Amino acid sequence: MSESFKSNPSRRAFLRGTAAAAAGAVAAGAARAAEPDPLITEVQEWASGLGDGVDATPYGLPIEFESDVIRRNVEWLTADTISSINFTPIHALDGTITPQGCAFERHHSGAIELRKEDYRLMINGLVDTPLVFTYADLERFPRENHVYFCECAANTGMEWAGAQLNGAQFTHGMIHNMEYTGVPLRTLLEEAGYSAEGKWVYVEGADASSNGRSIPMEKALDDVLVAFKANGEALRKEHGYPVRLVVPGWEGNMWVKWLRRVEVMDRPVESREETSKYTDTLEDGTSRKWTWVMDAKSVVTSPSPQAPITHGPGPLVITGLAWSGHGAITRVDVSKDGGKTWETARLAKPGEKMALTRFYLDTTWDGGEMFLQSRAMDETGYVQPTKTQLREVRGLNSIYHNNCIQTWWVRENGEAENVEVS
Amino acid sequence: SPAFAEKFGLGREALPEEIAAWNLDVTPDGTGLPEGSGDVLTGEEVFAEKCAICHGDFAEGVDNWPKLAGGWGTLAHEDPLKTVGSYWPHLSTAWDYVNRSMPFGQAQTLTPDETYAIVAYILYSNDLVDDEFVLSHENLASFELPNAGGFIIDDRAETEYPIWTGEPCMTDCKTDVKVTMRAAVLDVTPEEEGAAEGTEAVAEPETEAAAEPEPEAE
Repeated sequence: MSESFKSNPSRRAFLRGTAAAAAGAVAAGAARAAEPDPLITEVQEWASGLGDGVDATPYGLPIEFESDVIRRNVEWLTADTISSINFTPIHALDGTITPQGCAFERHHSGAIELRKEDYRLMINGLVDTPLVFTYADLERFPRENHVYFCECAANTGMEWAGAQLNGAQFTHGMIHNMEYTGVPLRTLLEEAGYSAEGKWVYVEGADASSNGRSIPMEKALDDVLVAFKANGEALRKEHGYPVRLVVPGWEGNMWVKWLRRVEVMDRPVESREETSKYTDTLEDGTSRKWTWVMDAKSVVTSPSPQAPITHGPGPLVITGLAWSGHGAITRVDVSKDGGKTWETARLAKPGEKMALTRFYLDTTWDGGEMFLQSRAMDETGYVQPTKTQLREVRGLNSIYHNNCIQTWWVRENGEAENVEVS
Repeated sequence: SPAFAEKFGLGREALPEEIAAWNLDVTPDGTGLPEGSGDVLTGEEVFAEKCAICHGDFAEGVDNWPKLAGGWGTLAHEDPLKTVGSYWPHLSTAWDYVNRSMPFGQAQTLTPDETYAIVAYILYSNDLVDDEFVLSHENLASFELPNAGGFIIDDRAETEYPIWTGEPCMTDCKTDVKVTMRAAVLDVTPEEEGAAEGTEAVAEPETEAAAEPEPEAE
């Protein structure tokens, strides 16, 4: 492990924050300033000179002051960076739509470059007519728009054995949420004329790993989308440009990128990604397979280890994200005392099916320590469990599908830490 | 066939050569296997040339690269080792995956015979066959791996959802809250660029952290 892995990721943000707080007026309430603020009383450069012209940035990036809102990787997690994972900076985002440029990546043989001109999609197997589509063909089918979360099956997986990584980005950031435009897979299967014997579809990507997965026909015909736009624009290279599969509510591994083939079959392939990987070992050594749905889950994104409280006691916005692969989030409860008592948070908007939901608890911080937790509920009545409850059923070696309640220990100085509590 | 309401007349018929080029998947009953064979000793040579740099001479894995052999009987242990021999249910998967996606960085360069030989060598490395063994399209599907019966279909609907559904506790849910594990004690989180050194403000651990950083292999 290299030297650079040694310190707490919140350190810089924390120091920066406390410095800022110390420099300004921090007293609670609308206190009177001791002296006039020169940022107001003196004419600033931006209020006098000129900014950039409209030709300066044909396609813009965030302003430099937001340079810490970026994807991060954790070197020790994987053997190399090609078959690896990085993390969305959820601690710094708000609302529900993930900016594509910092939305997490997970590849098994790297992010490939595939031009629309070179793109082909094959539908074969138990169909009347096996078909080949070009990218241009796909754009001529009727389209739909949907917002869905894509959560890696391994999100929070490193936390099974205990509190390991110090920040919501690392513990919960294998997720993004986008508005997709695409064609229902059902439309393409009907175009090829799928057989009644077709109980499964096998989907694979154009990359070397292929990432082949078997999906039951019922799901394929229900809401699976062959998507080519996300958040209004073409998919990013690293997210499957020009075409990916969107599998609402199901584990991210099945959202096959650079989708090149859909085979209608009478049985599952039992590929590497649904036998060796994405199977969940229980305490007795047997393993669950085909654990497709991502259960209801939530996390407080702020305050959190990378987003400490820097403003002192007084009004505090506790906020976070909730989601469920079974449908819409109906309620999120927040505890400040490690689960002794709970308050129901405010949803920014009514929960949408299989999409991230933003919650807020507008509260007053007395400056004391808190054990912050959030607990999601979805429209099936399912309540997000504790890690203890999950372990009682599954043991410690499931790797995937850890949707436990997260605890942040917020100290009197506003700093927060990833902990487990009894 | 189901009756479809409407067709758009988009796309064109896939040619047999095109389907053959892309339709490489192999199912557990051996459907999809091309003709061919390979023995353990040939596999040892091919493995040494094309696989051992990452997976080790005996498929035992180098550094953090996947181990393909060993770990028998460890699935219920605290730290299970999941390999083709200890964990994988079907030999078809090994053939299919090696054929389509290995070697890492040079996928789809193996001949069918090379793939049969490599898979035969992986079986040998797992003590599942002797060094005379020949794997072919005729005997692959009938070869049963040790953990073939080790998987159950997702049972969360029976074992979890009923007990975690309903109105949850809101007040007086527990009396005691104690910190039992702290990420700061493990200290394995990447640092932000430019973060100040030596400013660790977190107090000494009150609880021994039992968790080791555990690479989530894939």
